[in-house]
Amino acid sequence: MSFAITKESEVVVVDVEGQLIVGNRQELKQKVLDELERGEKKFLIDFSQTGYIDSSGLGVLVSLSKKIREQGGELRLANLNDDLKTLFELTKLDTLFQIADTRERALESF
Amino acid sequence: MGGRSGALPVPSRCRMTERSEPGVTLHGGGRDDARVIEVDIPSDVQYIEKVVELVQRECALMKFGARQLMLNLAVALSEALSNAILRGNDDDPAKHVHVMARVDNAMVVVEVVDEGQGFDIEECTLDPTTPDNVDREDGRGLFLMRKLMDRVERFDDARGNVVRLTLNRQ
Repeated sequence: MSFAITKESEVVVVDVEGQLIVGNRQELKQKVLDELERGEKKFLIDFSQTGYIDSSGLGVLVSLSKKIREQGGELRLANLNDDLKTLFELTKLDTLFQIADTRERALESF
Repeated sequence: MGGRSGALPVPSRCRMTERSEPGVTLHGGGRDDARVIEVDIPSDVQYIEKVVELVQRECALMKFGARQLMLNLAVALSEALSNAILRGNDDDPAKHVHVMARVDNAMVVVEVVDEGQGFDIEECTLDPTTPDNVDREDGRGLFLMRKLMDRVERFDDARGNVVRLTLNRQ
């Protein structure tokens, strides 16, 4: 489980490698908040290498979305596989986030 | 099985036993040999992924599909373990969570036992999809367990507070 952060143009891209669950959600939150504190405004979380996400992981995404919005920033999600899409649909979080099929489309949408 | 797993070793206090139960003859003439695993872990969320992986492995041997392994089982069992560790056992590492999983060709039944007082599953399940709740940061755990499993039961017995998850193989 790890989170790789890169910068593409003006967008901070976070790759979630492995699971996003109660045991590591705080690490993701802190990494994104650190970037937000540095003045970054555009964030993309890429799930192409993600296994599964639990309710704590979903909760941290909701929390980050609010904090980024409060700072005038934007958050996009990309590359949800079918299982993750189902998870977002079951919880109706697909209505709360801007979700792109690919990383490229997400980057273009900013 | 999808995402990478961490390097966490099998818990030091993990007690894992496997046994085959007497098989029954299936309609197709095959044998249904159930597999049972039991794991005992300290109350530490870092063990969740490893326990999920152990149960996934048993289910994979019984030909459960990828979606049931990576969505239904993984998420629901993570939630049950998380509840047991953080709520049932108050995140107290001196307390333990016991997991028993029985897998056969038809279903997997997982029992997660903690040392807590138990809870009313109906009262504690909220609907996180309502307009008022959808942007809440918490409150999706029991909802997801019940959506992703065929049956979720909560009861007390001599072992403690038990949450039993049942998933029929598709």
